[in-house]
Amino acid sequence: MKISLKYSVLLILLLLSCLSCSSSRNHQGETKDEQTNNSLYVKMGEQAALDKVVENLINIIGRDDVIFPHFANSNVSYFRKNLTLFLCDIVDGPCQYSGDTMQDIHRGMHINKNQFNHFVELFIEAMDVSGISYPIQNELLARLAPLRKKIISI
Amino acid sequence: MNKMTFLLYACFLSFIGLLSLFSCKSFAEGKILATPGVSQIEGAGGGGIVPWAQLAGYATEESIAVSGACGRVTVNDFSLNTCGLQANFYDRIELSYAKQTFAVNPLKLDLKQSIMGAKIKLFGDLVYSDSPQISLGVQAKKLTTSEVAFSLGAEKDTGTDVYLAVSKLHLGFINGYNWLWNITARHTESNQIGLLGFGGAHNSKSIQLEASTAVLLNRHLAVGVEYRQKPDNLNLGENRWKDVFVAWFPNKHVSITFAYVDLGRIAAIDKQTGWYLSTMWYL
Repeated sequence: MKISLKYSVLLILLLLSCLSCSSSRNHQGETKDEQTNNSLYVKMGEQAALDKVVENLINIIGRDDVIFPHFANSNVSYFRKNLTLFLCDIVDGPCQYSGDTMQDIHRGMHINKNQFNHFVELFIEAMDVSGISYPIQNELLARLAPLRKKIISI
Repeated sequence: MNKMTFLLYACFLSFIGLLSLFSCKSFAEGKILATPGVSQIEGAGGGGIVPWAQLAGYATEESIAVSGACGRVTVNDFSLNTCGLQANFYDRIELSYAKQTFAVNPLKLDLKQSIMGAKIKLFGDLVYSDSPQISLGVQAKKLTTSEVAFSLGAEKDTGTDVYLAVSKLHLGFINGYNWLWNITARHTESNQIGLLGFGGAHNSKSIQLEASTAVLLNRHLAVGVEYRQKPDNLNLGENRWKDVFVAWFPNKHVSITFAYVDLGRIAAIDKQTGWYLSTMWYL
């Protein structure tokens, strides 16, 4: 009994210690160039990979009954350019997204969790089709996941 | 059930899994594949032996999900068959029901228990929030064959467990692989999860800790370990359960979990190790 208690306390400490180091992973103090060299941008295949993901995503959205209505009035080339820039920025690529904020873009669209999650699945499919590996996909999703609270229900 | 039936059962389940892999495309809504976990042995959404903060199935705030699972644990002197049903209402409330049959080989008899469960998500989102997901759950248990439990010194044939579960999935955390952890604190007086009754001379209600951790090797495959502390109310040397598991999620309609389990000492018989196989279907 005593041993099992000690075991579980150890396990919890281990889990908590892992948790505490997960929270901060920023690159303060580095210049944008230094960041870019071993960035997610390089790991995922740079601009060519980003272009491919966005192009595939646009095609997939075009075939999707749930999401497409939200894009029916969008300008495709504007969407392509800005999403590519946005992703390039978020994976620490050599670009700066200066377009509208996520809140501004999605305000009034009343996107619910089902729709958001469905979009995530379409995005995963687009990365799959573009040949992005599973670990790189997860790293990119980890950077996009915190955006959910800025996108849904506004 | 002998080894042959067990093998047949395993083949049948794999066949269903393969069939559904090719016959249907993933559902168009809900959570990311595999993230809700499976059905634990008492019918709640979770791992194999530990209830997690996730609610069973792929429902989100706008939908309802219904699922069912059957599993079998075989250790040296005992085996346990469980079947359970879960309903997840708007990813907020989970209701579950499970029936267990526990075969005590040395006595050549079966013990039966039924479990009603409810779980409410208090706050957080397993994947998307910065904080973990936290849920409060309850399992009301009724042992319908109680002679063995009473002869061993149990006080009651009914009992209620209350638990608080905290779970978090970190996307891409380990070299790009998703990592899940869960910690559950359970207030309980169940002996061997209730199969040997509730309470006893040695002890009464206490808080027991349970924990799980898993890594998703790819979208469809998770491997992990679980640990579950248990009280020793009957003074029979009851101790922890633990397991190492592999769970396969070919799509959002079926999952199969396979584990090596160590159930420790049961009814004063040592070294109860063996295998666990469970399958879950999601509507």
